[in-house]
Amino acid sequence: MKQRARVWALALTCVALLAGCERPPMETVQRGYRGTGMEQVANPRLVAAQIPLNTAPDALPEASAEGPKAAQIYQNVKVLGGLSAGQFVRTMTAITSWVAPEQGCVYCHNPANFADDSLYTKVVARRMLQMTQHLNSDWKPHVGSTGVTCYTCHRGNPVPAQVWFTEPEKGRPNGMLGARFGQNEPARKVGYSSLPLDPLTPYLLGNEEIRVASKAALPDRMNPNGVKEAERTYGLMMHFSQSLGVNCTYCHNSRATGEWENNPPTRLTAWHGIRMVRDLNQRYLEPLTPVYPAERLGELGDAPKASCATCHQGAYKPLYGVSMLDAHPELASNTSVPAGKSDTAGAQAKR
Amino acid sequence: MAEYQNIFTRVQVRSKLYPGAPHEIPSDRREEGTSFFSRLLGFFGDPQVGPTYLGFTGIASLLCGFIAFEIIGLNMWASVDWNLKEFVRQLFWLALEPPAPHWGLRFPPLNEGGWWLVAGFFLTVAILLWWVRMYRRAVALGMGTHVPWAFASAIWLYLVLGFIRPVLMGHWSEGVPFGIFPHLDWTAAFSLRYGNLFYNPFHMLSIVFLYGSVLLFAMHGATILAVSRLGGEREIEQIVDRGTATERAALFWRWTMGFNATMESVHRWAWWFAVLTTLTGGIGILLTGTVVDNWYLWAVKHHVAPAYPQMWPAYVDPYTSAGGGAQ
Repeated sequence: MKQRARVWALALTCVALLAGCERPPMETVQRGYRGTGMEQVANPRLVAAQIPLNTAPDALPEASAEGPKAAQIYQNVKVLGGLSAGQFVRTMTAITSWVAPEQGCVYCHNPANFADDSLYTKVVARRMLQMTQHLNSDWKPHVGSTGVTCYTCHRGNPVPAQVWFTEPEKGRPNGMLGARFGQNEPARKVGYSSLPLDPLTPYLLGNEEIRVASKAALPDRMNPNGVKEAERTYGLMMHFSQSLGVNCTYCHNSRATGEWENNPPTRLTAWHGIRMVRDLNQRYLEPLTPVYPAERLGELGDAPKASCATCHQGAYKPLYGVSMLDAHPELASNTSVPAGKSDTAGAQAKR
Repeated sequence: MAEYQNIFTRVQVRSKLYPGAPHEIPSDRREEGTSFFSRLLGFFGDPQVGPTYLGFTGIASLLCGFIAFEIIGLNMWASVDWNLKEFVRQLFWLALEPPAPHWGLRFPPLNEGGWWLVAGFFLTVAILLWWVRMYRRAVALGMGTHVPWAFASAIWLYLVLGFIRPVLMGHWSEGVPFGIFPHLDWTAAFSLRYGNLFYNPFHMLSIVFLYGSVLLFAMHGATILAVSRLGGEREIEQIVDRGTATERAALFWRWTMGFNATMESVHRWAWWFAVLTTLTGGIGILLTGTVVDNWYLWAVKHHVAPAYPQMWPAYVDPYTSAGGGAQ
């Protein structure tokens, strides 16, 4: 009897110790030369649960390009004025279903006067349309011909689920003790590691360089980076990994993360992606700060910003590479009035 | 048969409490403090607990260790605003970090890394005093000083990581944070910065000796347990007076791998493997950043790292192809 109790206690201890682990089996796919550990590991159960969340909705029926232009029929159309009225209404309907399916048109429009710009959401939406067109036409090295639409980020939410804000300093930086050094807490942004918990501000809003490894075998005093800088870049890489649901070797070879030889082509795509997100944050998202009401801003009063997770949402390609842009060519090219003349650029100038 | 297969000690020797020193040792070096028997500890080792000797170095070491422990712990607790629940929840993530790089080797304000230096100082003093204590106790017992020298090898690695290398690099920021996950993440970041530590030959050696120690420990422990029914646990006596246990154990290894260590040499193997783990590891860390800045490129230069077939269309660093950039 005593023996049995001991066996049970041992078994329960083992179960308790394993409780934090994911249940095997995992799926492993070899992606590089044999024996080099170039493989992707995925939990098929987690992937299966994610697939419905990353499925593109059906496209609306196409509208005729014939007839008068939207700019001639409607007032205050600054971005999509070149579409036919039918195409314009179709786009507006699609945007409503992508961004504000529950709130409807009035989420952005003043129901008494649809041309009115008094709702901040309309100002933001117009800027987002310009951003989408800019992204699809000028950032092909990252988005290819697949491109993005509003749905890529929004997925039926007025505010995309995966936006981020600059983290305020935690701990007691001004006290006698207890400084946090901007790291060492289980933070989702860095995959619950203890790495610096806001790597997005320096690298995806600022222009800080990620490459910390030296380019020469021996010290040549060309590389000012130390371990602290490496920790920050590592935090950013954890964010990439978590946002895309991939491990390091999705982009890097398994020998030297800093080397550019013999890497999967995904690394080049990611390199452009970093610059793309910087561009979006610097030129489109951060300048919208004065437009937002206080409840949309972060703890430090900053605008919501984009990261890899904003579009990817756990998938190696947003919506697993399904293009919604084909059905919405109006979002693919830059038909907008020059950015300098738009409302928000004016707001930016006032800052 | 099953009698001999038990993870706990089946036999507990109980005699009068043993005061702890053979009569050749002068009485002023003998410690005759309090002792007692513990049945539970007897499952794992000698059931007699004590007498313990602390002495000046022991007490000073514990005091310094306590100060370091408190500095680290209170900083961690303060960093969650003295919230006990959060302290427990985040304990594995919390840390006391070294100063930022711009402080170089200067002493920063306490809350900007100064505490790290103070804690490191007291921890180092505690460890060194503990070493002195071990050395003096070994001498007092008329033993060799093998144990303190093995401990010194571990202290070498500790000093290289937290003191010698940061000083050579000119930055306290190169030191290791005090914290469970933070020191592990530091290790990974260290390897990323210095071009993959697995290409560091001293790191390779350290791994060999570490895993080798494990293997030797398993082989030796298993061998002695396997012949204990034949008197094999009296291995020290069997060094000079080889009995059937030794001969069977030796023959077992000769049968299975053609060669056997002796009752004496296996302990030298074990000692050297253990000592060389941290000795070579410390050398490897010491060379990183000071003598070699990127171990992967070093390994390519010296034909240590193999070249693998190109699996994807080649492309170069986009900075160089874009015609410049910051770095």
